[in-house]
Amino acid sequence: MASSNGTVQATTRTVRFRIERSDGPGRGTRWEIFDVPVASGGEGSGSANVISCLQWIAAHPVTVEGRETTPITFDCGCLEEVCGACTMVINGKVRQACSCLIDDYAPNEGDEITLEAMSKFPTVKDLFVDRTRLFNDLKRIKGWVPIDGSYNLGAGPRETPDTQQVRYKLSECMSCGCCLEACPQYTLEVEPSGKGFVGAAVISQARYFNEHGTGSTLKKDRLDVMSGVGGVSDCGNAQNCAKACPKEIPLTESIAAIGRSTTFHRIKQFFSGK
Amino acid sequence: MSGSDRQRVLVVGGGLAGLAATIRIAEAGIPVDLFSLVPVKRSHSVCAQGGINACNEVARQQGYSEYEHFDETVYGGDFLQHQPPVYEMAHWAPKVIDLLDRMGVPFNRTAEGQRQLRLFGGSLYKRTHFAGATTGQQLMYALDEQVRRYEAEGRVNKYEFWEFLRPVIDEDGRTQGIIAQDMRTMQIRGFRGDAVVMATGGCGLVFGKSTNSVMCTGAAAARCYKLGVQYGNPEFVQVHPTAIPGADKLRLMSESARGEGGRVWVPAKKNSSGQWEPHPNSGMDPRQVPQDERWYILEEKYPAYGNIVPRDIATREIFSACMDGFGVGGGNMVYLDLTHKSPEFLETRLGGIMEIYRKFVGEDPVEVPMKIFPGVHYSMGGLWTRYSADADYARVKGGSMAFDLDREWDPDERPACGLDPEATDNMMTNVDGLYAFGEVNYQYHGANRLGANALLSCIFDGLFCGQGVVKYVQGRSSSPAAEVSAAIFERGERDEEEIVRRLIDSSGGENAYDIGRELGEEMTAASTVVKSGGRLESALVRLGELRARYDKLSLADTGMWTNQNLSYSRAVGDMLLIADAVLRGGLNRKESRGSHYREDFPTRDDANYLKTTVATYNTGTGQADISLEDVEIGLVEPRLRTYGAVESGEKEEEKATAGASGA
Repeated sequence: MASSNGTVQATTRTVRFRIERSDGPGRGTRWEIFDVPVASGGEGSGSANVISCLQWIAAHPVTVEGRETTPITFDCGCLEEVCGACTMVINGKVRQACSCLIDDYAPNEGDEITLEAMSKFPTVKDLFVDRTRLFNDLKRIKGWVPIDGSYNLGAGPRETPDTQQVRYKLSECMSCGCCLEACPQYTLEVEPSGKGFVGAAVISQARYFNEHGTGSTLKKDRLDVMSGVGGVSDCGNAQNCAKACPKEIPLTESIAAIGRSTTFHRIKQFFSGK
Repeated sequence: MSGSDRQRVLVVGGGLAGLAATIRIAEAGIPVDLFSLVPVKRSHSVCAQGGINACNEVARQQGYSEYEHFDETVYGGDFLQHQPPVYEMAHWAPKVIDLLDRMGVPFNRTAEGQRQLRLFGGSLYKRTHFAGATTGQQLMYALDEQVRRYEAEGRVNKYEFWEFLRPVIDEDGRTQGIIAQDMRTMQIRGFRGDAVVMATGGCGLVFGKSTNSVMCTGAAAARCYKLGVQYGNPEFVQVHPTAIPGADKLRLMSESARGEGGRVWVPAKKNSSGQWEPHPNSGMDPRQVPQDERWYILEEKYPAYGNIVPRDIATREIFSACMDGFGVGGGNMVYLDLTHKSPEFLETRLGGIMEIYRKFVGEDPVEVPMKIFPGVHYSMGGLWTRYSADADYARVKGGSMAFDLDREWDPDERPACGLDPEATDNMMTNVDGLYAFGEVNYQYHGANRLGANALLSCIFDGLFCGQGVVKYVQGRSSSPAAEVSAAIFERGERDEEEIVRRLIDSSGGENAYDIGRELGEEMTAASTVVKSGGRLESALVRLGELRARYDKLSLADTGMWTNQNLSYSRAVGDMLLIADAVLRGGLNRKESRGSHYREDFPTRDDANYLKTTVATYNTGTGQADISLEDVEIGLVEPRLRTYGAVESGEKEEEKATAGASGA
C-alpha cells in the first residue's frame, strides 16, 4: 500500500555493515561484513533503517567475501521506538535500530555502520541479549500501584495536569536498557546475584510509583531498596543515562529526587529506629 | 493434592487482552502460565496511540450514553457484529477506565484534575480517554505492572521468548494444554492447562508492510485454525487512513491527530464548473498553497463528521483521491495538517506521534503538514467465538430472534446487560476450553472497527470473559488437565518436532523471506482498499504458487540455538493459510460492507450477506471452506450508513451541534 510515494525516483547506493556475531553465551565473538543496497533520495520516510537492512541480510545472508552465512539474530518488535526491543550498539552508541535511519548514519556510497550487542546484558546470540535482570529489578522496587483488585471500585485519585505531565514522561520508559548500557556503574553480572546496581531506569520507575497517590503507599519499601546495596548510592553521577535515553526522560532528576527521598528516609529511620 | 489445587490456565500472548485475562484469573486464585514471543512489556499493544472510548459524565450530560456508544460501534461496523457482546462492552467501558485510573495510568487531565477527553472517529461526542498519543503503551505498562506484582507473589509464571505451536485437544474435543517452543534453547515441550486463552493479536504481516509489530503474523491463530478452530470474518481487515510509509513498516499517525483538529487536504484547483481538478503544481511547498487551492476532501463531503468519519470511509476517500491524480506531487500521499494548532497543544496532546514523525520523516509536523497514506492496521476477523446473551437481553427481545425492529426503545426498557456473566462460554471458540480474547477474537467490531475501541475490547475480553474462564476451570475440578494421560502431549511434541525437522532438512532453494515479501505485496494489491472477484481469483492462483514454493524452502540457519530463521519460516507457512481464508472469504462475499469494498458489488446486501463468514480448514484440500452464519441483530436495526455524506442527502446536524460544544 504505502510502500512508495511514487514521486521521486529513488537511487541505490551500497552501505557496508560490520556486525559483531556470537553463536551463543560463552561462544566468543567474530565480525562479519555485509554490503547492503539502500534506496536513497526518496522523499518522505521511504528510506531505509538498520532494521530494514538486517531484514535484507536475512533474505541474502552472504558476506562481502561471498561466503554464505546465517541471518543475523536480533530482537525487534514495533519498529517505531515504543517497544524498546531493538536496542543495540550502533557505531559505538547505544540506541534503537528502528529509528536509526541510514540516510542520517551513512549518507554516502560505501559508508560503514557497525552493529554490536549491548555489553551490559548476557548475549543470547548475535545482537540479541537477555534483559531479564532489568525486569527483575522492577520487582525488587515493587514497581506497581497496589490496588485492591480488579473489581469496580470507582475512579483513582485525581491528579493535577502538572503532576500528570511529570508522571507521563517517566511512564514512557520502555525498559530498553540504553541508560544502563551507557552507565559506568552498571556492569554485566555473569552470575546474577540480584543485588547489583539497579541503574537509572529502575530508580526513575521508583520515583514514578512514589509520585502516585496509591503507589506512594509502598514508598517505604522502595526507599529501603534504594538505600540498600545496588540502590541509588551506587550512582557515580556520570550522567550518561539522561543523554542516552531515547525518550528524553529526565533520569538525572529522578536520581536526584530519589537520592533526596532516601536521605530523609534514612534520617527518619535513624530517629525512629524503624 | 486435590484436583483443583493442580489446576491452571495458560494464557498465550501478553498484550492488553492477555494481561487483563491474566490479572482476572490470577486474582481469582487460579495460577496462570503466561506465554509470549517477547517480554510482555514489548507486546504490540504498545503501538496503540489515540485512546480508549467510554461514556463519561460530560458526554452523558450532553445526551450521550452507553447505548450511544453501542449504537456508534454497530453503525461504525456496518451492522456485522453480534450485538449482545457489543452492548455489554459499551456498558463496561466506564468501569474499565476507572480501573485503569486506579492502576495509575497517567491519563491527560483537565485543570480541575479530571480525565480529559477528545473526539475520535465515528462519534460526535468527546468520549475518548487518552494519555498523550501513547495511550496503548501507558495502558500496557499499567497492566504489565499488575502482572509483575502477581508474578512476584508467585501467582503468575511468565514464559517469555516462548512460541506457541499448537493447542493440545483430546479425543473428546476438550482443550488440555499447549505445545510451545523456547526460542532460545529451541526446546519443544507440552504444558498442561485446564483452559487456554489465545490473546495473540492480529495478522498484519500477511499484508507485508502494515502498522503492526513484527510478531503479528497471525501464526498462532493459524495453528489453532489448522486443528479445527473456526475463523470468523477473515476478509475484514482494516486499512488505517493515515500511516507514513517506510522501508520496513508503515508507521501509524493516530486518528487522534484528526480528533484534535487535524485536517486532510490535497492541493487542487476548481475548474469553471466548480469541480476540483488536480493541481498543476501539487508538489509545491504546502505552506505556499493558497487557501482556495486546498481541497479538504473529508470536510467537504461529510460536513457533520468531517475529518473524523470512520476509518474505512476516510481510507477510501484518500485512496480514490490519489487514484484520481490528486495525490501530493502526483504520488500516493495526502496532507494531514496540524500546523494551525499551537506547539504547546500539540506537544501535550499528540507528543508521541509528533516525535515519531520527526524521527522517521525528519520534518516537524508543527511547521509542515504531514504526508500520509493508508496502511493495513487491524484485523476485525479472527478466531470464531461464541457467547451467551443475558436473560435480560432476551427478555427485551421477547425471547426470540424475531425482534420488533420498528419499535422505539424507551431507555428504561433497555436491557441491563448484553452477556450472561455466569456463562463459561463467552468468547470460547468452537473447541471446548479454548478461548480467544482481543484482536484475535472476531467479535465486537463487525466490518469496520471504530478508533479507540480496540483497547477497550481487549481489556473487556480479559476482565469480563476472564471470569467465564475461571468458572469454566472451577467446573472441571474433578477432571483437571493434570490427570490427563501424557500421551497426547508427547504426540503433540513429536508432531511439532517433525515440522521443525522437515524445515531444517528441506533443501529446495527457496527463501522464506522472499515468499513472505511476495505474499505481502500480493495481498496488499488484491485484498485491501478495493477488491474484485477477478483480482481475488488471480491472488488465489498466486497464493497457490507461493505455497508450492514454500514446500521447497532452504533455511540459511539450521542450528538449534535461538534460530529466528526457523521461527519466521514456520510462521510464513501459517501466514499462507490465513491469506487463503482472507481471499476466499472476500471472494464469497459479493457485496460491499465496511472495510470490504468490492468494485464488482459496490453496495451492501443485507438480504444475502448480513452474515458472519465462517472459515473452516479443510485438511483434504488445505484450503478454507467458507460458510455463512446469521448475525444476531438485537437492538439496532441496520440502516443506511452514510455519515451524512453530502450526496446522500442525509443530515446529522442535530447531533453535530450537541457534541461539538463539549468539554
